[in-house]
Amino acid sequence: MNALLPIDPPVEPPLALLAELTHRCPLQCPYCANPLELERAAAELDTATWLRVLHEASALGVLQVHFSGGEPTARKDLLQLVQGAAAAGLYSNLITSGVMLDAASLGALADAGLDHVQLSFQDADAAQADRMGGYRDGHRRKLVIAGLIRAAGLPLTANFVVHRQNLERLPEMLRLGEELGASRIEVAHVQYYGWSLLNRAALMPSRAQLEGANAEVAAARDRLRGRITIDYVVPDYYAARPKACMGGWARRIINITPAGLALPCHAAETLPGFAWPNVRDVSLGDVWRADPGFMRYRGTAWMPDACRSCDQREIDWGGCRCQAFALTGDAGATDPACALSPDHHMMADAVLEADRPAPDLVYRRIRTAALVR
Amino acid sequence: MTEAVPAFNRGFRLRHDQVRDSWVVLAPERLFLLDGPAVEVLKLVDGARSVPAIVDALAAQYDAPRDLIAADVHAMLQDLVEKGAIRL
Repeated sequence: MNALLPIDPPVEPPLALLAELTHRCPLQCPYCANPLELERAAAELDTATWLRVLHEASALGVLQVHFSGGEPTARKDLLQLVQGAAAAGLYSNLITSGVMLDAASLGALADAGLDHVQLSFQDADAAQADRMGGYRDGHRRKLVIAGLIRAAGLPLTANFVVHRQNLERLPEMLRLGEELGASRIEVAHVQYYGWSLLNRAALMPSRAQLEGANAEVAAARDRLRGRITIDYVVPDYYAARPKACMGGWARRIINITPAGLALPCHAAETLPGFAWPNVRDVSLGDVWRADPGFMRYRGTAWMPDACRSCDQREIDWGGCRCQAFALTGDAGATDPACALSPDHHMMADAVLEADRPAPDLVYRRIRTAALVR
Repeated sequence: MTEAVPAFNRGFRLRHDQVRDSWVVLAPERLFLLDGPAVEVLKLVDGARSVPAIVDALAAQYDAPRDLIAADVHAMLQDLVEKGAIRL
């Protein structure tokens, strides 16, 4: 029977590097994708190491680098890193809350070769946005920053993370993105990892909200076709098939944490039983080609029988390992988002949270011993 | 489109990828892989050449009827306009 099983092709080079420069951030969004255990400034990689990583990434085949965080503009050497990315031939993207930027810093980043800015918004309503971000006057400042990004000649993506507490204002969010001169709008339903999993019951949309959002996005895509690209990330708790998380484990993307760990995705640190390599000690090429953690769930050979024999195996790549672990305790299990998973009922159970009163939000902070789950 | 001068929008770049020996358009949080004909058209998109000039250049390069080349170029550019990669 083994002869009939798929054989994994040779490893293709990665396309993108997600560079989480820091976990420091002035905002405290309760759906932050960062881990619950945040790195402190003292643990962060230095400039020289990041510059080396950018060159190694380019040599390995990476085409785009996403500077992320935390808030990447909290790094004093961001300008140097953008210059380094340009020197390495990488397309650079800044994923930012914007509140620490101004006209001078944006002009310098544009001159350094920055290719694109993704600016996050928490809502279309200022009071609600500032409540969710835990940052006073943040929304008004973001509106100003969006104008400065455009004035610096940089293309703008307006990013809206949506959930049960703001979905009713999705039409206003789409209009705001249009008014701000965004060439791309990203509407992303919360994905439940780290802080957002902690806050899932306060964020999970109802099915009616989800269907309303789907229709709203479809209509906006028609209306804005050829002018604004709309990317839409749907919540897989309502899906019958899992998402192709990260385009497949260690297939497209390398994530580097602020402290230098190389991961196949930003949530992989939550998985037990891995000794993740640090780019202080190992080259990116060695990590990509030979690290046991990267190889563990790459391709299809690791899959449980239900996935390995499924005709979707090279479409969804078995879904998300971190979600499988977070919900079932087994990172090698079929993603419960799949209707064929024996654990799929967990998704339906979680969706019931949407019909109950929303509990208080737990805001993202560098944790003290007092805050435990 | 007849006399239009196509140009890449800010945030979109044509680049040769040495590692894979292929051409790609890098774009905001995505990239477009290109087939052979698309590469030849996009190499001529420089913000100065008009669409007819691009068709002329390709007609000089390839043994194919100009009308056929023109139709292909128009369709390809229109597709890239809808994807937000270029403007006319």
